[in-house]
Amino acid sequence: MFTDWLTYDFMRNALMASLLVSVACGVIGTLVVLNRIVFISGGIAHAAYGGVGIAYYLGFDPMIGAIGFSVLSALGMGLAHRRQGQRSDTVIGVMWAIGMAIGIISLSLSPGYKADLMSYLFGSILAVSVVDLWLMALIVVMVVAFVALFYRKLLSLSFDETFSTVRNLAVTPLYLAMITLIGLTVVISMRVVGLIMVIALLTIPPAIANLFLKNMGKIMAAASAIAVVSSILGLMISYLLNLPSGAVIILLLGVFYLLAAMASAVKHQPAR
Amino acid sequence: MSGNPERFSRLLIDLQDVWAGYEADTVLEQVTFKLYEGDFVGLIGPNGGGKTTLIKVILGLVEPSRGQVKVMGLPAKEGRRFIGYVPQILLDDKAFPISVWDVVSMGRLKSGFGNLKLSKTDKQAIAIALEQTGMEDFANRSINELSGGQRQRVYISRALATEPKILLLDEPTASVDPHATTQIYDLFSKLNQDISILLISHDMTAISTYVKTIGCINHRLVYHNEKALTPEMLAIGYECPIDLIAHGIPHRVLAEHDQEVGHVH
Repeated sequence: MFTDWLTYDFMRNALMASLLVSVACGVIGTLVVLNRIVFISGGIAHAAYGGVGIAYYLGFDPMIGAIGFSVLSALGMGLAHRRQGQRSDTVIGVMWAIGMAIGIISLSLSPGYKADLMSYLFGSILAVSVVDLWLMALIVVMVVAFVALFYRKLLSLSFDETFSTVRNLAVTPLYLAMITLIGLTVVISMRVVGLIMVIALLTIPPAIANLFLKNMGKIMAAASAIAVVSSILGLMISYLLNLPSGAVIILLLGVFYLLAAMASAVKHQPAR
Repeated sequence: MSGNPERFSRLLIDLQDVWAGYEADTVLEQVTFKLYEGDFVGLIGPNGGGKTTLIKVILGLVEPSRGQVKVMGLPAKEGRRFIGYVPQILLDDKAFPISVWDVVSMGRLKSGFGNLKLSKTDKQAIAIALEQTGMEDFANRSINELSGGQRQRVYISRALATEPKILLLDEPTASVDPHATTQIYDLFSKLNQDISILLISHDMTAISTYVKTIGCINHRLVYHNEKALTPEMLAIGYECPIDLIAHGIPHRVLAEHDQEVGHVH
């Protein structure tokens, strides 16, 4: 009963997609949380919808449109954040909304049946193609290689940007590379949980890991593992109960976070 | 403390007629300042008086609108690699998951590639930097478990791990209790045997007894390589003397004697 679902091609693809996206989200999500740019990653996810809409309207692959829009909006929001710090939240909010608006309008102008439309909002892990899987694998390799190569610099940048700048650590290129990878990770995560819930897949696993671990590398590994477990478990539950998989995965993560927060509170209580 | 007079000859930081600010608002006016090898300078000034801007100008983070900044004879953006910068502790970064050792190891990062692993030299430098501030037993602790004074020492260790010529300290005692403050200034005196120190703060209670020379910054800078506050310093910003009197120690700061006892508990 627990393995028969794997006999379907689309379920095997879904499982593979969950694994790949979970690893990317665990690693990149940790950087998002530690750099406090959760709002930017939400903005990227929504702005990417503009790319989906334009791709539909012009008749090319929506994934390409999503990648273009998310990388451009990531760079735009990242630069605004670097220039203006906390005051950039308005600009980010504007880009977030404009992306969504472009998407909605161009989709309404596109002729024909648009069943797919909802899948970008709420995820469509069961519709993942082999091409999508290769794209996901490529992005996971990029993410892991980037973090492995620049781990210590990323730690320094996340912890104290000014100190990193004073040490001439090429902070701006590193930051832009990081924000681009956030954009790419957001796009592949959209396939799994949809753009509305991408923030949760990026932030909840590292938030859980951060309750118990005090090392960025360990948090990245644990967050990836937590994301893998929840997405596979969520996928099985959604298959068995015939529920939307993206929402089940996020709900599971939410439950895990509550349990972890309670466990962490109990653990720290005797000290008080 | 006096040592070889030759030590005091080398010019490390050189600000010539520097003006700086943001948009229409000029924060620094006509600032000329020289830091020589062996110096231990304390600059005091009210909040909003341009302390942070002065630090940013020296670190090449803010371009002056007028004037010239040289660090070790180089433009600030290049010369800043000789500066061990110790930022003000902000308690809101408390939640960052990182060990003391990892914070100090940031001081060993180099620009470019090749930061994959710490070399033996790096590890030695980190260990020495931790010993210098007495934090060697805390290497594996998370920084979140430390007090303000201990965190300040970790930041100083990180700066020392860069093997700096100059220590630049921004409000080094802002989040530190009075007892730990005395200990930290003792540490500065010891470090000053090898490293020149520039310290900028609004809190002059401790500064005056430990630093070799003192100046006042309130948009303009008054600094004459002297130990005592001069009436001219007091005159440049009315907030300066008010702050002095509020601390109840104007007589001590203004006195000509150098080594007085610090705090009385």
